[in-house]
Amino acid sequence: MTTILDPTDERVPVRRSITPRPERIEGNVALLDISKPRGNVLLDRLEALLAERLPDVTLNRYAKPTFTKPAPAELRSEIKADNHFVIEALAD
Amino acid sequence: MSNVLPAFSLQDASGADHSFPAAGRSILAFVKEDCPTCNLVMPLIEALHGEPDVAVVAPGQTTKGNAILMRRHALTLPILDDSALKASFAFNVETVPLVIAADADGAEEGRLVGFDKGEWQAFFARFAPGAQVDWDAYPDWRPGCGSLTQDPIVAERLQAEAENSPLRARRIDIAQADDVHEFMFDQGFTDGLPVVPPTPERVLRMLAGTQRDPQSVVATLPPHMAPATVEKLAVNAVMAGCKPDHLPVIIAAIEALCTDEFNVHGVMATTMAASPVLVVNGPIRERLGMNMRLGVLGQGNRANAAIGRGVRLALRNIGGARPGGTERSTFGNPMKFTMCFPEWEERSGWPPMHVERGFQPEDSVVTAFALTSGPQLIVEQVARQAAQLGGSLGLTMASMHHPRAYNNGDCLLVVSPEHLDAFIEGGYSKDDLRERIQSVSAKTLRELVADESAGGPLTPERAAAMPKEALDRTVRKFASNDNIHIVVAGSEAGSFSAFFHGWASGPMGSIPVSRKIES
Repeated sequence: MTTILDPTDERVPVRRSITPRPERIEGNVALLDISKPRGNVLLDRLEALLAERLPDVTLNRYAKPTFTKPAPAELRSEIKADNHFVIEALAD
Repeated sequence: MSNVLPAFSLQDASGADHSFPAAGRSILAFVKEDCPTCNLVMPLIEALHGEPDVAVVAPGQTTKGNAILMRRHALTLPILDDSALKASFAFNVETVPLVIAADADGAEEGRLVGFDKGEWQAFFARFAPGAQVDWDAYPDWRPGCGSLTQDPIVAERLQAEAENSPLRARRIDIAQADDVHEFMFDQGFTDGLPVVPPTPERVLRMLAGTQRDPQSVVATLPPHMAPATVEKLAVNAVMAGCKPDHLPVIIAAIEALCTDEFNVHGVMATTMAASPVLVVNGPIRERLGMNMRLGVLGQGNRANAAIGRGVRLALRNIGGARPGGTERSTFGNPMKFTMCFPEWEERSGWPPMHVERGFQPEDSVVTAFALTSGPQLIVEQVARQAAQLGGSLGLTMASMHHPRAYNNGDCLLVVSPEHLDAFIEGGYSKDDLRERIQSVSAKTLRELVADESAGGPLTPERAAAMPKEALDRTVRKFASNDNIHIVVAGSEAGSFSAFFHGWASGPMGSIPVSRKIES
C-alpha cells in the first residue's frame, strides 16, 4: 500500500468517482454472494425477479470464498471480463 | 534525574507479548542478524538470560534475521520482532549491538555499544556476577554495525511516522489494487500530466530544503482562501518534480503571488489567458542549475520546469483554482502548466532585473508577472544598428493585445544575446530601448479609430465629435516606460527576441511583485 500526503486544503473528503450509470441494463449481470449468511437467499430472489423482468439479460452467479477478505484477484477479473453489471449482496 | 527509557511492547516469534519496562530489572539487546559483532555477542546475551531476576529480551531488526539468529545460536531468550523498527527508533539506536540494563521503572542503569571486552566484563560483574563466560575466547574489541534505523530511506520513513513528525497533512492510503497515478488523476490532484506521489518520506526530504517551520503559513491562497503552509507547498513541490533546494523559490513565489498587488485570484479567474510567469535573478540561478541559455523559455531543465509547475500545482490544489471552477480562461495557456526562467545576468551588460527593482546584486529574487501570451518571437535578422533594431522590437510589440490597443500595461521583453550585442555596441541602455519602443510604436488617436478594416477603442461617432487637435494627439503603446520589463536570456546564436503580453495592469489588475528568496 502506498501512503501519500493530501496536497489540497483538505476541505473535501477523499472520495472515488463512480462509473457513469448506463441508461439500460443489457448483456451479462453478475450476482456476487460475499458468503455472508443468507446472502444467497437474497440473490436467489433477485435472480428470479431479474430473469422475469429482463429476459434478454444473462445472469451469472459468483461467490467470494469468505466475506472477511477482499475477493481474490482472479475472481474480480473473471467477473469483470464476463459481465457488464455486478450486483453484490453486501451484508446480512 | 534518572534517564527513563521509552516504553514498548513487542512480540516474540511465538506471538507472546513482552513489555518494557518489566516487573524487575530488564536487559535489552538491540541486534540485527547480518552484523558480525551481534553474532559474536549472542552467546553472551544468552548467558545473561540465565541469570535470576533479570528479564533479558533482544529486539531484532528483521523478522527473517531473527529466525536465523535463534537457530544459529540455539537461543532460549526471547528475540522480539522489531522489524517495524519502532522500538529501535524510539531508543535512537545508532549502532548494534546495543545492550541496555534498566530497572523496573525503565530507568537506565548501564549500556554497552559494540564489543569492548573490558566494558562487557564490567557489565557482567555488575548485572550477572554468576554467569560463567570464557572471556579468553573473545577478542578485545570489535566495532558495532550501523542500526537499520540509520539507513537513509528507513530513517526518513521512521521520522515521517513518528509521533513528533513535522508532517500534519492528511494521509491518504492508496489500496494495493489501485494504481497510484490513476488515483491521483482521479482525485484531481494533477495538471493533466503525471505527478510524483507525495509520500511522507519524499515530503520530509523536500522540507529539508528550507529552514522554515513546516507548519508556518506562507500565504492565504484564493479562491478557497486556504492557508498554504510550508508543508503543503512541499507536498505540491514533490508532485511537481522539484528537488528540496527548489522549495525556497516556490515559497518566495507564493508570497509574491498572494499579495494584493499581484492579485493572483484575478489572474487565475480571468477569461483572458493570464498566468503567473516567474523570473529568477541572483546567485540561486547557478546553484539550482537553472537554464538561462539555449532553450531558456522551453522544456528540458528540471529547475525551470519543476519550480513553475510546483507553484501552479499549489494554486490548484491548495487554493482550489481549477479550470471550469474559478479558472475561466477562454483558451487557457501552456504557461499555466509552468513558466519560470532566470535572467542571464552575466551575459547582459545591463543591470539585471532585480537590481532595477531595488535589490542587491547578491540577492536571489523571484519576480512574478501576470502575462497572457507569449513568448512571441520577434524575428529581426537584418538590422544591426541599435535604433533600427529597437524600432523592429517596438513595431512588433505594438501588436500586444490588439494593434489599436494603446496606453497599455505591462509586458515582458526577453532580449537575446545577439540582439543585446547590437544594443550595447550602439550605446543603448535598457531605458534607451524602452524609449525607442515607445517612440516607434506611438500613434495618433486618429489611427485608433474603428473603421471598416478593423475595430478600435474610438468609435467613428466619438471621433467625429472630437476636435482635430485631440485626434492628432500622440498616444503611446505602453502607459509608462516602466511597463516594459526587460531581461536578457537565450542562446548565443539567433537574431531574435521574445516578448510576453501582459494582462490588465495596475491596481485594478495585476502589478508585478518581487520577493527575495530566503533559505
